[in-house]
Amino acid sequence: MSRLVIEARPERSVWAPIQVSLLAVFLTCLGGSVLFMIYGVSPLKGLDAIFIDPLRTSYGIGEILLKMAPLLLIAQGLAIGFRAQIWNIGAEGQLIVGAIAATALAIQFQGTTSPLLLPAMVLAGMIGGMCWAGIAALLRAQFNANEILVTFMLTSVALQLLYYLIGGPMRDPGGFNFPQSIRFDPAAKFPILIEGTRVNASIFIGLAASAIAVVFVQRSFVSYKMSVGGIAPAAATYAGFSSKKAIWLALLISGGAAGMAGVGEVSGPLGMLQRNISPGYGYAGIIVAVLGGLHPIGIIFASALMALVYVGGDFALLSVGVPNAVTGIFQGMLLTFYLACSFLLTSRIRWIKPDDLKQEAMAD
Amino acid sequence: MADTPLLRLRGVTKAYPAVLANDAVDLDVMPGEIHAVLGENGAGKSTLVKIIYGSVRPDAGTVEWRGQQVDMQSPLKARDLGIGMVFQHFSLFETLTAAENISLAVPGSIAELSERIRAASAQFGLDVEPDSRVQAMTVGERQRIEILRCILQEPKLIIMDEPTSVLPPQGIAKLFETLRRLASEGIGIIFISHKLDEIKALCDTATVMRGGRVVGVVDAKVEDARSLTRLMIGRDIAAPSHAAQRGDGHAVLEAAGLNYTPLDPFAPALKDISLTLRSGQITGIAGVSGNGQDALTRALAGEILQGPQDAGTIALDGVALGADTPDQRREKGLHFVPEERLGRGAVPIHTLSENAGLTTHHAGLVNWGMVKLGKRRALAQETIDAMDVRCGGPDATAQSLSGGNLQKFIVGRELALRPKVLIASQPTWGVDVGAAAAIRQKLIDLRDEGAAILIVSEEIEEIFEICDTIQVMFRGRLSPPVQVQTTSIDDVGLAMAGDFDALALKECAHV
Ligand SMILES: Nc1ncnc2c1ncn2[C@@H]1O[C@H](COP(=O)(O)OP(=O)(O)OP(=O)(O)O)[C@@H](O)[C@H]1O
Ligand SMILES: [Mg+2]
Repeated sequence: MSRLVIEARPERSVWAPIQVSLLAVFLTCLGGSVLFMIYGVSPLKGLDAIFIDPLRTSYGIGEILLKMAPLLLIAQGLAIGFRAQIWNIGAEGQLIVGAIAATALAIQFQGTTSPLLLPAMVLAGMIGGMCWAGIAALLRAQFNANEILVTFMLTSVALQLLYYLIGGPMRDPGGFNFPQSIRFDPAAKFPILIEGTRVNASIFIGLAASAIAVVFVQRSFVSYKMSVGGIAPAAATYAGFSSKKAIWLALLISGGAAGMAGVGEVSGPLGMLQRNISPGYGYAGIIVAVLGGLHPIGIIFASALMALVYVGGDFALLSVGVPNAVTGIFQGMLLTFYLACSFLLTSRIRWIKPDDLKQEAMAD
Repeated sequence: MADTPLLRLRGVTKAYPAVLANDAVDLDVMPGEIHAVLGENGAGKSTLVKIIYGSVRPDAGTVEWRGQQVDMQSPLKARDLGIGMVFQHFSLFETLTAAENISLAVPGSIAELSERIRAASAQFGLDVEPDSRVQAMTVGERQRIEILRCILQEPKLIIMDEPTSVLPPQGIAKLFETLRRLASEGIGIIFISHKLDEIKALCDTATVMRGGRVVGVVDAKVEDARSLTRLMIGRDIAAPSHAAQRGDGHAVLEAAGLNYTPLDPFAPALKDISLTLRSGQITGIAGVSGNGQDALTRALAGEILQGPQDAGTIALDGVALGADTPDQRREKGLHFVPEERLGRGAVPIHTLSENAGLTTHHAGLVNWGMVKLGKRRALAQETIDAMDVRCGGPDATAQSLSGGNLQKFIVGRELALRPKVLIASQPTWGVDVGAAAAIRQKLIDLRDEGAAILIVSEEIEEIFEICDTIQVMFRGRLSPPVQVQTTSIDDVGLAMAGDFDALALKECAHV
């Protein structure tokens, strides 16, 4: 009788995280090919539509950068918490609250041309996201309530809050009762970077956040303390690093980043507050953070890849006629394969052959 | 088949990036033989037994089991063949109970196992409470579970990597009895220890390693501690010099009426503890682990704060420490060496540089919230040099160090800032004889500079060797202090079993 065993790998390579990411991408392509065949589309054509087509035109590249901005920002924030084993999975809700907070300013100062309005909106969005995540931090730090559940459930609350506000208090009075806010003034919007595309200056916030994250992770004492708390809680207790502080910091940073990403949407391509402000960026950000190996540089590449999948999904809908649910499926496959592969990074599965067992039996 | 070895290794070689951990090692273990493997920290003992147990793959060499060559691919295979191992670093699940942990390796329901555990723990003198959670246990208790788990698997070969390092003397005597009985039933035993008298008392044969190679296979009964030491490290070692107490002996750290009631009902409480640590003096706390030493050191270091229902104060230089956190206490000069080195004293996957910063960051390692990487690295390098830590340098991960070498690093890190008060739990646990003598000497040197030192140890000999006063801990209570010169190992042994009068009477007699 032979059997499968799972065991810890004795040694690990430095390059393994990168190998795992690349392997996950490769497996996703394989899985995608199968998917395309089921739809009767040639796999090569399908993959071409998703991964290559968007890169052919400046419009496509602009769309990728547009989607990359919120993903990058959200993932950099989440990764800081994830490294400390604090799991904020409610970035979607914090994004919504950030967008609401910024919209409040845009409505309040309607008609202004002040260049200060946009920075104030970004700040408001950040604070909004922080407050929303702060609820989870408070509950976790004081009552040890699981932050995974709290942040996740708060996303539903945020969504209801949004529906209420755009249906009433924040509804455009001249908008024929459509559930949406007024159209933002130019002063409340990010400037377009490349003529003929929709990509705007909010990508700089993501890039700046990445630069800060690099320094923060590699050099800052706070990040060191948080990582000790995440990897070896007993060592953090011994050293005297407060786990409450780590919880607050992780949730406030990631909430603030998600809130700013929300501003990027309402002050960017949408130009108003409406029912659908995010195609799941808050959740995709989790995938980006994990796929980037929780490393600031890795996350830059992962967010570009994820943005490509978003845009490629739209392209594939038009050019080869597969439903754009394909985006979600590709994202899901990426995460699943990544997790499976990183399991293989720390463990190996082996098939014990009958021969070995016979030998053992003889020895007994 | 008496002349077929149970286990035969030939030419086993294992290279790590920084060292050749095993270099063409040969080893034979006969059925019924108790075989010692000894050598300095980092000599390659743990690596060798991990290869036998299948948790490390050798680069070259063969393993024969009862005359058959086998490919020891995994611990699973080793267990199937009948090899059991007690690891140097624990492999228990924190959130499970003792019985649940054992049930992962031994078949049977939890209820049945609990019965067997109770029976076996009485029989072998290995006190284990099946229903209590590992989380709340001291290293001594964890060690007992590991040993019990191994024995309950009924293996044909038992590998023990420093099993006695945290057991009290009575426990060790019981364990040896058990091992001898198992050996007389034909079970082979590989026994690793740094305590040479133990090896002499227990083992038949000793394989001595140095720098990954076997430098001798000797009859453990005819060698003595001195000749074994010379084989191991190539020279004799000097006993630490212990001058008479220095300084005015003013009180530096004072704990009064300390009480602590843990949440876990199985964890030991602290009951009305009073303790004074004086400048230029080493105080030793003797006692079987699990009598509250862990809670006491944590309370002094600031890891646990007394709840509102617990009375008591701790004062440093006359100022109450109150709710100061461990790092605030460190800033005031109170440092602590915990007993677990991997996961508590050091972060396993962090480098030594990073680990150097764990407790020393207040000493100018952080500027504007940014860690001074160069300075931290230099501190790690200094510690490595000062303590003669054998490793791949400041960039080696903590988990890549041999147990004793990591211990040297952690002790060195806490000594580096010349603390006013040093609390050290099992400071020479798992450290080889040469290095243990060096650590003890460093502690004595620190004392001579006027520091107040508290040593918690289950090794009575160690306490008698370096301490000035002794106190004994039993069931959460602390005996009054006695001078080392006025007491004897036997009296302390009695006190460890709860008879504090044995100490107190002597003290009166000498006044
Ligand atoms: N995973 C690893 N990666 C790199 N080096 C390692 C690893 N494990 C062990 N080593 C190195 O191999 C050498 C032998 O280590 P080993 O743990 O076998 O020593 P040991 O004889 O058991 O020492 P001790 O008495 O301190 O436990 C050491 O120099 C150690 O640093
Ligand atoms: Mg070892």
